[in-house]
Amino acid sequence: MTALLSASGLGLFRGERRLFGDIGFALNAGNLLLVEGANGSGKTSLLRVIAGLVEPDTGSVRWRGLDVRDHRQSYCASLMWSGHKVGCKQDLTLIENLRCERALRPIAARDQQAVFRRLDLAGLTDLPMRALSAGQQRRVALARLLLGNAELWLLDEPFTNLDAGGEALVNQLVDEHLDAGGACVMASHRGVATDRPIERLSLS
Amino acid sequence: MTPDLPPLPPLPRLRDGLLAVLRRDLLLAMQRPGDVLNPLFFFAVVSTLFPLAIGPDAELLRAIGPGVVWVAALLAALLSLHSVFLGDFEDGSLEQLLLSAQPLPLIVLAKTAAHWLLSGLPLVIVSPVIALSYDLAPASLVAMPVTLALGTASLSLIGVVAAALTVGLNRGNALLGLLVLPLAMPVLIFGARTVSLAASGDGIAAGVYFLGAYCMLAVTLAPFATAAALRISNE
Repeated sequence: MTALLSASGLGLFRGERRLFGDIGFALNAGNLLLVEGANGSGKTSLLRVIAGLVEPDTGSVRWRGLDVRDHRQSYCASLMWSGHKVGCKQDLTLIENLRCERALRPIAARDQQAVFRRLDLAGLTDLPMRALSAGQQRRVALARLLLGNAELWLLDEPFTNLDAGGEALVNQLVDEHLDAGGACVMASHRGVATDRPIERLSLS
Repeated sequence: MTPDLPPLPPLPRLRDGLLAVLRRDLLLAMQRPGDVLNPLFFFAVVSTLFPLAIGPDAELLRAIGPGVVWVAALLAALLSLHSVFLGDFEDGSLEQLLLSAQPLPLIVLAKTAAHWLLSGLPLVIVSPVIALSYDLAPASLVAMPVTLALGTASLSLIGVVAAALTVGLNRGNALLGLLVLPLAMPVLIFGARTVSLAASGDGIAAGVYFLGAYCMLAVTLAPFATAAALRISNE
């Protein structure tokens, strides 16, 4: 069976410096790939390569066995990216931000209000994003993940700025996503608590 | 054997994506009306200062009017280009747009349309009033907005390519000007000349056709160039 997401020989240079080289993995539905490493070891860069935001200098990323560079649109329709920056307009409200999102990618058949309630965002929907705390903005990023209908989640340090409840929530959401047959690549220097199989990739 | 991709979940329609990005950018601009008024204010101030500085020599004003108004419009258009992708770059929205399931050239086209509606269209609307202050002939009161409409649209399309190339750079503003100006020259030359011709009672069709063709060329090519430029500068 072809792995959902696989990569081989991935390497990236930043000027003269080799950030990482010869990275390979194969990720099946229901699995989690945890990218670990110290600060500056290239976790974010690797995630950006996997997302297709950065071209690797060597190697390739394949989605269902097909090179993502040749099938960018269907790959993008299958993934959700959650980076360091929340990716929302600070001057718009949560609802307006998500409304624009809905027209950009496939959406899940979920009740938006229920998602807001679950993420403790229900009372904040009419406030501009800049009135929200960093942790609440992070929760908006989670709401976007839940409302998008993507098989692959790419999460870069999803625990940043979240309180204990929020961290538990991330673990729970990732667990549910994997149970539903999704896959997830997460860069984190903190462990993740899930019952599903975890593959680990250490960058040094 | 190459494996086949399973069918995708239903994608949103192209038109919805275009309108959503356009709507988002217009909403954002409404939150910061100062940014929108800035190019218009610049245009109005520069082109009304000239008659005041030169004095009431109607002959001279009529001669320089079209050129001055067009230069002011070009510079006003440049003024707002830097910020087209900057906000999206800084808050991470650009990554989300790059990874959306909609074709990137379409998204870029929506952002360009928003830029023109906010920076080009206001100039087009006030330009007949400015033309009056140069005592231009009635025919050029029509030629001015028509050529400016086509010209500023071309400038937005070309300028957005340069804005995409310089979005990740510190002080990319100067470089942006250098990139845009050579491509904007034909627009400036034909635009100003067409208005002059109209003022002296000649036909304007040739100039308008040229500007229209240039605009069409820009609409066809610029979104793709911008999309490629965005991918490069986001690496």
